[in-house]
Amino acid sequence: MYNAISVQDLTKHYDNVIALNHISFEVEKGQIFGFLGPNGAGKSTTVRILTGLIKPDGGKAFVMGFDILKNPIEAKQHIGVVPEVSNAYVDLTAWENIILIGKLYGMPPQKLKENATNLLKEFGLYEVKDRLVKGFSKGMKQRLLLCMALVNDPELLFLDEPTSGLDVESARLLREKITQYNKDGKTIFISTHNMDEANQLCHRIAIINHGKIAAVDTPENLRAQSMELQYIEVAFNKNINLQEFSKNPSITKAVSKGNKVYIYTADPPTVIEFLVEYAKENNLRIFSLNTMMPSLEDVFIKLISSKEAIIQ
Amino acid sequence: MNTFTEQFKRSLVIAEKNIKIYYSKGPVILFGLVFPLFLALAFYIGRNIPLKETLPGLIGMTTFFTATAVGPSIVPWETRSKTLEMLLSRPVAIGTIIVGDMLSSFIFGLIISVIPLALTLFWGIQPLNFIILLLGLIIATLCFAALSVLLSAYPPTDIPATSMMLSSLVKFPLVFLSGVFIPVAQLPYWGKAIASISPLTYFTDMVWKLFINNGFYPLALDFLALIAFTVVFTFATIKLHEKTLAKRLS
Repeated sequence: MYNAISVQDLTKHYDNVIALNHISFEVEKGQIFGFLGPNGAGKSTTVRILTGLIKPDGGKAFVMGFDILKNPIEAKQHIGVVPEVSNAYVDLTAWENIILIGKLYGMPPQKLKENATNLLKEFGLYEVKDRLVKGFSKGMKQRLLLCMALVNDPELLFLDEPTSGLDVESARLLREKITQYNKDGKTIFISTHNMDEANQLCHRIAIINHGKIAAVDTPENLRAQSMELQYIEVAFNKNINLQEFSKNPSITKAVSKGNKVYIYTADPPTVIEFLVEYAKENNLRIFSLNTMMPSLEDVFIKLISSKEAIIQ
Repeated sequence: MNTFTEQFKRSLVIAEKNIKIYYSKGPVILFGLVFPLFLALAFYIGRNIPLKETLPGLIGMTTFFTATAVGPSIVPWETRSKTLEMLLSRPVAIGTIIVGDMLSSFIFGLIISVIPLALTLFWGIQPLNFIILLLGLIIATLCFAALSVLLSAYPPTDIPATSMMLSSLVKFPLVFLSGVFIPVAQLPYWGKAIASISPLTYFTDMVWKLFINNGFYPLALDFLALIAFTVVFTFATIKLHEKTLAKRLS
């Protein structure tokens, strides 16, 4: 039984710049896998290698069990790709674009027409199927790209920043569809900047920085690994002096923003007891008090800002 | 699954797409239709020579310009619009795309080149052997189509105008060096030597022979040379595009 994606020691240089530095990770079948990283981290290079656009300088990559270097056609036969920037033919109609893609997968004509019709109806584009794509809005183009990526009923779907620049409604529709297709058994690889999106959708996440994988785990485990990033959000009825807090050994950091104080700690119960005692001693009232787990964004920032955090 | 036949079918799909998109583009109309027409008129009008003697040049020029009109611009256009990337992420090889581009150039060249050929028949001018002329036209058009896609391989630009300009730098001198205006037999020694390295020479020589019985090379050599140029151009086009692909996509 093979994984949907298996990346082993992948390396890529552009002139003297290392884009990928011996990265390795696996994506199991049926997973939604998030690939996070800042600009220039190596996300696009990885996706381009996995979709057969460019060749690595070293290492191996298997897509649906096929070596993408030795058997690129066979590997690509099983995938669908949605790029960040629309690359449908603007001088063709939506229908012509989908049919073109289906033919490139060698689909039987009847099955192709059936799939194209169903997808266009599902994504609300059937009524405009005979219109040239040059007249489409960004949301319509993005939905068309999804139709084009799904027409061959791929087992593995690559999505590069799928909701970037979309309006709220289109982005939500797209997320719903991604979840639905995953439930139907498709493996989905999402390259994104959007932490909330990755947190909501992904079963596992890889964080890449400076061409190296900084972490690969579930969103929950990634947050759990960074418990020092937990914090307590507290609001008092008066402004307070934060210097008092710095004396407490359980408090890592305290920051005041607006009428709230954010207290970072690895031991929330002890700090809560301290806060209640502090309020009593200083005749303060606590308006609100919340214990917050670190967000994926907190973990991401911690990992990419610390070179020592690179674990692979 | 993805045998040679399967990939060739996908080349035909790409050719069909090119026909829909690129045949109506301005530069293609200009270089493929308007330009050879005006060059042909300039060549014929005011010269006191029989129509029959202008035909080899006219057919050679039309075939050459129309078959090379689409090819140089497709890859740069598709690089710029990111559609090349879209095609390459599908189960097609770069060679499949290049053959598709060649085929669309070939079909465009063949359709337009049939017009002057039909006119010769309309005017009652018969070639010595029509089937050989047609075969020669097909091979020559394929050869020029391969050359046209080769001209877009380097530099790996995404600006169609740059590619068109560079291809014109190759195309125009070839027209003057290939026996289009003066038969190869009447060229000086150095002219014959230069003409022998141009594929267009062998096609115009073939047409001179078939219309006026005034060819310089044996007919078989014309055919062999055109076939050899086609094979070399096709191979070189695929290899060069493969080599420059990473730079083109970066």
